[in-house]
Amino acid sequence: MGLLSDPSRRKVLTGLLTRLNTPICIVCYLAGIVWFMGLAFEPFTLRTYMSENAMGSTMVEERFSSGERALSLAKEFDAHKRKAGGMPVEWLVKAMQSRGLEVFTQSFSRKLPFPDENKERYMVRGTNVYGILRAPRAPRTEALVITAPCSPGNTNNQAVALLLALAQYFRNQIYWAKDIIFLVNEHDLIGTQAWLEGYHHTNITGMEYSPLQGRAGSIQAALSLELSSDVITSLDLVLEGLNGQLPNLDLANLFYAFCQKLGVLCTIQGKLQRNDWDTAEGYTHAAQTMMLMVLKQACGRSWGDHGLFLRYHIEAASVRGINSFRHYKTDATTIGRLLEGMVRKLNNLLERLHQSYFFYLLPSLSRFVSIGYYMPAFGLLAVILLLRALDLWVHLGAPALAPSCHCFSVSLQPSSPGVLTVLTPVVISHLTGVALYLLPVHLQEMAVEHFPVSETEAVVLTAIAIYTAGLALPHNTQRYTHRLILMQFILRYMFTLLKLTALLYLAVLLGCTALINFSLGFILAVTLVPITASITPHMPKALYALVMVLLSPAFTILYCVFIYQELIEAPVSVSEGWMLFLSVISQGILDHALYGSLVYPLLALFIYPCWLMFWNILFWN
Amino acid sequence: MAAPLTLLLIVAVTIRAVLFRSSWAELISERVEVVSPLNAWKRVVEGLALLDLGVSPYSGDVFHETPFMIYLFHFVVDYAEIVFMVSPGLVFCLSRFLTSLYLFRKQKYALESDRYPADCLELLRSPKEMFYIPLKVAMFYLLNPFTILSCVAKSTCGLNNAIIALFILCTLKGSALLSGILLALATYQSIYPLTLFAPALLFFLQRLYIPVNLRRSSFWFFTLQYAFIYVGSLVVITGLSFFLLGSWDFIPSVYGFIFSVPDLTPNIGLFWYFFAEMFEHFRLFFICVFQINVFFYTIPLSIKLKEHPVFLIFMQIAIISIFKSYPTVGDVALYMAFLPAWSHLYRFLRNIFLVSCVLLACSALFPVLWHLWIYAGSANSNFYYAITLLFNFGQILLVSDYFYAYLRREHHLTHGLYLKKKDGTEATLVLK
Repeated sequence: MGLLSDPSRRKVLTGLLTRLNTPICIVCYLAGIVWFMGLAFEPFTLRTYMSENAMGSTMVEERFSSGERALSLAKEFDAHKRKAGGMPVEWLVKAMQSRGLEVFTQSFSRKLPFPDENKERYMVRGTNVYGILRAPRAPRTEALVITAPCSPGNTNNQAVALLLALAQYFRNQIYWAKDIIFLVNEHDLIGTQAWLEGYHHTNITGMEYSPLQGRAGSIQAALSLELSSDVITSLDLVLEGLNGQLPNLDLANLFYAFCQKLGVLCTIQGKLQRNDWDTAEGYTHAAQTMMLMVLKQACGRSWGDHGLFLRYHIEAASVRGINSFRHYKTDATTIGRLLEGMVRKLNNLLERLHQSYFFYLLPSLSRFVSIGYYMPAFGLLAVILLLRALDLWVHLGAPALAPSCHCFSVSLQPSSPGVLTVLTPVVISHLTGVALYLLPVHLQEMAVEHFPVSETEAVVLTAIAIYTAGLALPHNTQRYTHRLILMQFILRYMFTLLKLTALLYLAVLLGCTALINFSLGFILAVTLVPITASITPHMPKALYALVMVLLSPAFTILYCVFIYQELIEAPVSVSEGWMLFLSVISQGILDHALYGSLVYPLLALFIYPCWLMFWNILFWN
Repeated sequence: MAAPLTLLLIVAVTIRAVLFRSSWAELISERVEVVSPLNAWKRVVEGLALLDLGVSPYSGDVFHETPFMIYLFHFVVDYAEIVFMVSPGLVFCLSRFLTSLYLFRKQKYALESDRYPADCLELLRSPKEMFYIPLKVAMFYLLNPFTILSCVAKSTCGLNNAIIALFILCTLKGSALLSGILLALATYQSIYPLTLFAPALLFFLQRLYIPVNLRRSSFWFFTLQYAFIYVGSLVVITGLSFFLLGSWDFIPSVYGFIFSVPDLTPNIGLFWYFFAEMFEHFRLFFICVFQINVFFYTIPLSIKLKEHPVFLIFMQIAIISIFKSYPTVGDVALYMAFLPAWSHLYRFLRNIFLVSCVLLACSALFPVLWHLWIYAGSANSNFYYAITLLFNFGQILLVSDYFYAYLRREHHLTHGLYLKKKDGTEATLVLK
């Protein structure tokens, strides 16, 4: 507190901060980026370890052996699926019943706000089938879920078959202390969403579903299985859930531990782990893995069926079988054993998984970066905004303290009528944001009538049109400001005030975003901070307008699309990238409407208006 | 002046009416930052239901309002929204009178006495500035998001604020009787306004030109008179409550609840985390320590600010809202409404940028960390409490900053604005 109350030291400190403001900001920005890139360097990361006692010390022996039977079941399931032209509900019910489960079905239907062209669906109608294995050794207060999606075509047959085989095997064991629910859901995430909402008696997304007839206890953990071939080369673990939420790190540790034990190749983000961290390739590999995780987390969608469980406080992960050209293969029995082991360990849990980290990044499966290590990277970027705001504040305050400018300072009293002029761009920007949020979905019918486009295109193109129209705003707001503002210095004052407001607003916004979804906050900070910190009306307009547009949120999404494609080793041309960009936007809007993903409203209602405020500053004269 | 005020009132009422009708109202009324166990509307409804059934509303551990409050709502429950709309309106009118009255008076006082050095004139405020202060105060209270949230949540905090504002108005108008009665009513509502007794007394003494001198009989005469009004009306109000309910149940259930803090639901205050962590046998001791905070500062502040009772009232209200056992944002809004009245201290404030950043960031982080803790399950109570601490740190810094600025302005008024050291260099004032 000495620093705050001693006037001379304060003066030195603020003097230092204002004089060296630009260099400090540049250093902070570079340091933030370097810090972030350094996170993937192995000596700076921590080795993962099992924190949960109940899962750590007790080793279990896996005895599951009916992998072959599972594969023949898969063929049978495939035949029935073809015959039914969708999910063979009756066959599944019978199959589960014959394995001694209590079987129930749930039907659901959902009309999408506009057709989903990626998955070709609009009116969705489907059925979930689930069977409950009642725990013989404990009251039925807790449950585990194993889920396999019933996908169209001949994908995921093996997953459903393995699920049934596991059910049969589990039924004969006596050690279960938690109910185990075997869920086969149709229409992937929509089915999962309907089932979860039914299970928890909520309805947050306007889904229509029949109530669940049978329930087990509160769900402690869930595993989602995706398997499309008889043998696999590696298993991929998917953790990123809705809104960038991640399950407890112990779940990843558990998976890794069993992969090690059974000798299964395991990957994360489809990348195998390398041991040569001290070479350039090794580091690049880890950095790529981490960047992929950051990009996936930032987009806020659920990357597997597990992602929706996380919202209900259920730790969940997807295990995805990958069959590539590698020589070393793993059979279904081993995968079954791996799942058996994981479920048995989860069965031993005495309380929810909570010991380990919830905020982490994974450069590889055996290494992690915790919140304490990655937050400084964001903090260094965010502090730039605060430093700039402080600088502006000092400049605002300076004339008020000098005696000669007395008359000037009077006119600068806060809440003088001029504050209204600052309020105008703020309100108009936010109204544009509201339009961007509301209009695309509501105007699709009108757009389809008047233009030769499909509904999905209509929605995406309307969004882009509104986004672009927002750029014309400064001319609209200026007309208001001209009438109210006469004197030059007041004008300067106003723009400083607007910039101060916008900087603080952006800092708070990014801070909150980074707490909920670090990756999103960081990516936005990387692109928004440099331009927002340096923008003033006295710059070459055309050049800076171009730079600002290139660093706007929409272009950030476009870059992310390209970088993502580059990282998954499927580079795309510009036109393909553009098509992907359009589909990403439509997916973002759909994710918001279907599952309640918050990225689209965040961008439309807050980040974009905030960016518009800076755009206003550039054209302030 | 009337036009902008009317406009302001219309805007404020519109915002509230829209929010009352929107789906946000339910969400807001569940927020722990906005309602506390003491003033939640849900609990009032529960108490009313019990009363209608002929059961004591205090049976069970849900209802903690005073008997007056429940009988008030017993009659107006159908118009509850209107009551909640009116209560900030009430505060608004009062604040308007309050500031105009007090400040013009003070202004006159300042101009008439030419005991101030010439270069201090810029420290005094021109009537033009004063003219806008009521508007600003009204704006600060009516458009403050904290007040709006509190009003939409139908937190009875708004009514308590209205009583305190009425009390301040009566005090400034010089009506000792009404002031005493309203102070008693405010105390009856939530105990803590007890500490406002000292500034009110000081104000009346100053107004009647009675020096604060323990040997003067006139001092004692007036003090006893005012104390008699206060204690008398407190006794009468409490007695009336007893006759209304026919039992003393409300004493432990309202005041016991305030003092012993049995409900540890997280809020923006400092109590809940400590007492959730604490071993049971230290509890009594630490409750005393925590509660003493509210009352203790009255003595040194009254001594230091005995010439400036109105500022003392502001300080006391701020301290109450920081250290009380179940604070909500409505309490914070009450003292924030005073800030425009001290706009002449603006140039002496040192940490206002830091404080506003902290308060702004904390207000945004409360719901975020709550979400992470309760819904996502990924953060925990420590995260939320860290923000609570930061929020209170910001408030304390704000209050102490204003305190320092006030003292510094007084110093400049008597010693001149541009202080020189003995060797002629510019001197700086340090608060020690």
